[in-house]
Amino acid sequence: MSDFDITSKEIDGMAPHGTKVGLLRVLGPAHVWALGVGIVLVGEYMGWNFAVGKGGAFAALIACWFAGLLYTCVAMIDSEVTSTVAAAGGQYTQAKHIVGPLMAFNVGLYLVFAYTMLEAANAITVGFLIDTVAVMSGHEGLDQRPFIVLAIMFLAWLNYRGVLATLTFSLVITAIAFSAIIILFLATSPVFGGDVLRHEALMTDLPYGWLGVLAAMHFGLWYYLGIEGTTQAAEEVRSPARALPFGTLAGIMTLLIAATLTWYVCVGLMPWEYLGQAGVPLFDAARMSGSTGLMVLLGIGTLFATLASANGCINDASRAWFAMGRDHYLPSWFGAVHPVYRTPYRSIIFLVPIALIFALGAPLDQVITFSILSGLLEYTFMPINVILFRRKWPLHAIKRGYEHPFHPIPAIVLLSLCGVAYFAVFLGYGTQLVAMIAFYITVSLWFHFWRYRFVRRAAQFTMPWPRPQGY
Amino acid sequence: MAKYTPPVQGKLGQMIDVVVLLVMTIGSLYIPLWLGLAGSAHESNVPENPTWESLGQNAVMVEKWNQLGYADAASAAELISSRFDYSFSISSLLVMIVVIVGYYAIMLRFSEKEYREVIAEKFNQS
Repeated sequence: MSDFDITSKEIDGMAPHGTKVGLLRVLGPAHVWALGVGIVLVGEYMGWNFAVGKGGAFAALIACWFAGLLYTCVAMIDSEVTSTVAAAGGQYTQAKHIVGPLMAFNVGLYLVFAYTMLEAANAITVGFLIDTVAVMSGHEGLDQRPFIVLAIMFLAWLNYRGVLATLTFSLVITAIAFSAIIILFLATSPVFGGDVLRHEALMTDLPYGWLGVLAAMHFGLWYYLGIEGTTQAAEEVRSPARALPFGTLAGIMTLLIAATLTWYVCVGLMPWEYLGQAGVPLFDAARMSGSTGLMVLLGIGTLFATLASANGCINDASRAWFAMGRDHYLPSWFGAVHPVYRTPYRSIIFLVPIALIFALGAPLDQVITFSILSGLLEYTFMPINVILFRRKWPLHAIKRGYEHPFHPIPAIVLLSLCGVAYFAVFLGYGTQLVAMIAFYITVSLWFHFWRYRFVRRAAQFTMPWPRPQGY
Repeated sequence: MAKYTPPVQGKLGQMIDVVVLLVMTIGSLYIPLWLGLAGSAHESNVPENPTWESLGQNAVMVEKWNQLGYADAASAAELISSRFDYSFSISSLLVMIVVIVGYYAIMLRFSEKEYREVIAEKFNQS
């Protein structure tokens, strides 16, 4: 029998800092699913196909499945820890309670940059899609920038106004975008009478050999990057212990299916050399199917997927920034909740110009790489996190809402796959990898020797847990 | 353990901290872009007077290129012939490994020191 039961309705982590105004607890498992899948589904609509360019069509499929294994480990580990740490900030709050303040500060920054860069990538894709449609309708030379700015500003406003409306909006448009992929598959698959896929003629050997398969892991992560964002809603779901594991695990299953279907349809319709550099591959696939209806549907699907993703990214990045402000890891001004809308409004507004700077000033593959690198650093933290969690609070010490099986195998597999992904990034983007880690080392020293003096010590530990073993 | 009371940070100090963080963030992410060091190296071996055959494209591939708006082999040659350069040196790989492992080692060491203070103050006072 556990001494502490986080699944009890009496211990809900609400307003854990004694604030009078907390975030609203209004979300259910479907919203958690929509938050996770909504952020990630855009990865099927753009970006994943760069893995085809890195290693060929078969390499992208292998990368898709190995990245799927990596994210399955992420979802399992995350579901256990987050079903226990039910507070805003997700992995940031986990790190604060399990590893230590400096790790938490770094994890908070990983989250903010992974999501803000993903948001920027989404806005770039919105601009590119609208430009593609304009060219198809005979209007060359469209300025994409107003559409990029408009997309980010509109979604930031939606987030400012309230979490329930925001995630309900995400739920609807994510469901439509996911349905569009299924319809495209059904309409083109020979199983259902379609006659447009040409896998036997379009598939080639591995153009770079097995080194290309390793390199493809870099963008293979893009199929699923962001699913771990479900934990950011921990303080706003009605039943964290049930809704978070259910929504997260259902989300990764949805994405595994969507990723495989996307690969299957696209490589059967386009030469790999084109697919590997396409800006909107699913939209292109619909164009190649010869059906105007499918083309319109996948155009709408691409637009909705990018908006849902950017919407979820604003939600998650602002929660992480808010949580760090509330703990004084960042200026406490960011830790404010809007008195009417009950949202972290200052954090939402503050991150808008950062997203705009990168959306308007950096190429898509670079922005995606920044996001992937921050995500990769976060996934490397997760095995350390869960091993320390089990060591400091064994299963009998705290009751979990979900206990992941086969511990520590998922942690070891995750760490190994992260090693492969680092090598994949190194093969093409080593300079950015080193530059980003140099940034995190510098900012860590800044935090440890300067910023941490403003942080209360005991107040950081807000969970109703017993003393960790060994301390 | 005595309870630690942090100093109160003024508004100017808070603003300076935000600016420092922003400069470090945008600087480190943009420097590789400005210096042209970001992104994979490409090599292209476009043959002279390319034909679909010389580019290794079969009939179905040619049909797909045409559908995509590439009417002749010359217009698609650059795209088809472009390849990533995956060559690397062992020394640069070792530097990357040292940087990553060193980063996590520093972070875990400092985190542990801070964490022990948190636990001591939290559980010794209650």
